[in-house]
Amino acid sequence: MEHGSFTDETKSTFSVADEDHTLANTLRYTLNQDPRVTFCGYSIPHPSDNRVNIRVQTTGDPAREVLKDACQNLMVVCQHVRNTFDKAVLDVKLTNPVRDINIK
Amino acid sequence: MSGKDKNLHNMSESESEQEGVDKEGIEWIMNLPDVPMKLPPHVELQRTRVECKADAPIHTDTIQYSGAFASMGFDNSLRLDNFRNNFKIEVIDLKEDDIEFDMIGIDPALANAFRRILISEVPTMAIEKVLFANNTSIVQDEVLAHRLGLVPIRVDPRLFKYSDKDAPNENNTIVFRLHACCERGKPRLTVTSKALTWLPNGSEFPLVSDKSVSNSKPKTYTSFSCSQNTLSKEFSNNPIGPKDSDIILARLGPGQEIELEAHAVKGMGKTHAKWSPVATAWYRMLPEVVLMEEIEDELAEELEKKCPVNVFDIEDIAGKKRATVARPRDCTLCRECIRGDAWEKRVALRRVKDHFIFKIESTGALPPEVLFTEAVKILEDKCERLIAELS
Repeated sequence: MEHGSFTDETKSTFSVADEDHTLANTLRYTLNQDPRVTFCGYSIPHPSDNRVNIRVQTTGDPAREVLKDACQNLMVVCQHVRNTFDKAVLDVKLTNPVRDINIK
Repeated sequence: MSGKDKNLHNMSESESEQEGVDKEGIEWIMNLPDVPMKLPPHVELQRTRVECKADAPIHTDTIQYSGAFASMGFDNSLRLDNFRNNFKIEVIDLKEDDIEFDMIGIDPALANAFRRILISEVPTMAIEKVLFANNTSIVQDEVLAHRLGLVPIRVDPRLFKYSDKDAPNENNTIVFRLHACCERGKPRLTVTSKALTWLPNGSEFPLVSDKSVSNSKPKTYTSFSCSQNTLSKEFSNNPIGPKDSDIILARLGPGQEIELEAHAVKGMGKTHAKWSPVATAWYRMLPEVVLMEEIEDELAEELEKKCPVNVFDIEDIAGKKRATVARPRDCTLCRECIRGDAWEKRVALRRVKDHFIFKIESTGALPPEVLFTEAVKILEDKCERLIAELS
């Protein structure tokens, strides 16, 4: 759910249900790293509600698009982390076929 | 790269208007001798290291804002190609249930997201419903049910669905039976998780409310349409059961008996810790110990003795004893080595902000390396969900 204005798309608050610090904090990080963002922060309005509010203010682009780009960036980062991890594990498994070997 | 290009391009336009030079553009700007591309060393240190001082650590925050160092000509925005080049994973130790690896070049926001997901959002199967036919032991029903819930079950949760509102069937429920009896005149009997036997055909208890004609097969508490053995080859080769067979569930005195059925369903750690797939998942930043000056002879010996985990060694060079940092990874940052007069000036204790020593201890449902990839996938799914919601 987006809380913004029709006249000014550059600032909005996005209210995301069923999410917590896990997604909000990573998104805050990716958004803050985007040069188009002037302000970004999140809050959890009530601890017993499963909801976060993410505030995005930009230099000119629509906040919605910037947030979408941040999600996209985060996904690319995740994919890279996964591929790198899988490769690292595979390398270890190939060099040490027997488990319970301490590599240290 | 785009962020940097954009910023600098704007700058070059305004500058070129003033000076009337507009041919080489960005390249020319980047090659000017007075354009700093790196932060001055003291700021770089603050950006990348936490410094542990005798009283408290300093520079503990990570600077996330893309324009934080704009005035110094340093671009702090996220550039994916840069991330790709710098990100590294080194597996230190891989065992059946544990993994230790170094995750280098990532922000704590992401490392923490992975950790949080591992603990509370990667699903597993755990016993949720227990049907007691008989319990004359001194362990009360609810206590025993709770203990059963905490027993880790060795089964791949990806083969099952969440039961939500569906009736228990072969795709969302695993049924175990436990029948233990201590006969009179025998010594006390210890009931362990070994006694849980898997029922691939579902519940065997007839429904209490079932009043159908006795000829047909009586209805039970589950409605399996086929045996779980036929669902996956894995099940028939490797029957489902508790991960460890030596977990004590109860002790029975002579004449006491437990007869029950336990129904395991899929769930997540945020509902109840019994569904958490990890005993624990945690990370710490890599400790960095730097000797700010040569530490020799008596001082070197003093330093070696100060450290309770033997981070320092003594080198013998031409009769001179010199302290070296041999095992910085072992440092617990107890700050013993910077205690006392002037030691804070000789030794610098730091932590590398983007180097995480990550440890995952699996409870046994899935191997630890699979757990981590699952966690990363869950974060991707969250992003995908949000994108779908926004468009």
